[in-house]
Amino acid sequence: MAQIVLDRLAARFTGGEILESGSEHGDEWARIRRDAWIPVAMFLRDDPSTKMEMFIDLTCVDRFGKEPRFDVVLHVYSVSLKHRVRLYCGAPEEDPWVDTLVSVWAGTNWFEREAYDLYGVRFKGHPDLRRILMYPEFVGHPLRKDYPKEKRQPLVRRQAGAPD
Amino acid sequence: MGFEFHTSSLKAAVNWARKFSLFQYPFVTACCGMEFMSVAAPKYDIARFGAEFPRFSPRQADLLIIVGTITERQGPALRRIYEQMCEPKWVVAFGVCASTGGFYQNYSTMPGADQVVPVDVYIPGCPPRPEQVLDGLILLQERIQRGEGHSQIAIEAEKGYDVPLAAIRPLGSTHRKEEP
Repeated sequence: MAQIVLDRLAARFTGGEILESGSEHGDEWARIRRDAWIPVAMFLRDDPSTKMEMFIDLTCVDRFGKEPRFDVVLHVYSVSLKHRVRLYCGAPEEDPWVDTLVSVWAGTNWFEREAYDLYGVRFKGHPDLRRILMYPEFVGHPLRKDYPKEKRQPLVRRQAGAPD
Repeated sequence: MGFEFHTSSLKAAVNWARKFSLFQYPFVTACCGMEFMSVAAPKYDIARFGAEFPRFSPRQADLLIIVGTITERQGPALRRIYEQMCEPKWVVAFGVCASTGGFYQNYSTMPGADQVVPVDVYIPGCPPRPEQVLDGLILLQERIQRGEGHSQIAIEAEKGYDVPLAAIRPLGSTHRKEEP
């Protein structure tokens, strides 16, 4: 479907920036080296043969026990050329960061905040990297595989023995 | 026209009036809200039980209906709404999520609204049928009549009586008396 996108990427980035790529069930994907995350995104948006104008989704996967532990997943779509591609960028457990794409697609802003909130991946250069779903008092990142399933961090509880 | 009168204890009369004039505050957070609308709409018609008037200010309401999932983040807001309501006040947990957290067992969902506010009647169901809700409301009315609501018990324990002073003051007096 969007093999041309992968071909263009492979032709443009020859220095090992594209770590892996493939096609599954008609969807193309590529794994990008962390330092090439912004250049690749810029290229996909601006190149006349890819024209990825539309940012669809950005999220994160915790591949607990594997290296790198976190994968930031980006979906982009070209409205004019009607093709889409999925990009991965790994972030190791010791220092999980990825460059922010806010300068490329402004819509990634809140999605990166969500990924930061729930997985603890920091987005370098993000203008406002705060929690977006959990409350500010929350400690930790609840969608990490090592966050205890039963753990709760209540903000308020009734006092024991209160008459109300 | 003859003069009709009725004898009763004051408390029974006041509680009878209370149970048929519930002003509800619907705290609607989730899909149960659709079922709540159905209860309020003419087909099931909660108005038949004197609870037809949703007030969207907690200060004008005495029945808090918690409809839907409560998250930990909403806890302080729910607590504040409950505290703003006039006494005596009652709370109904509408659906399993408000009652126990339902099928959510995770970091964000509060395991039942009774973690932050005292609940008088729990209505199970996901979502409950309107008939169940009416059944729960009738259960609450019986409880109000017996004076067994959480807030009624608390007021009585604190002040020694559980009827408004307006009902005690002599007929014809227009000024409001200070509390004894």
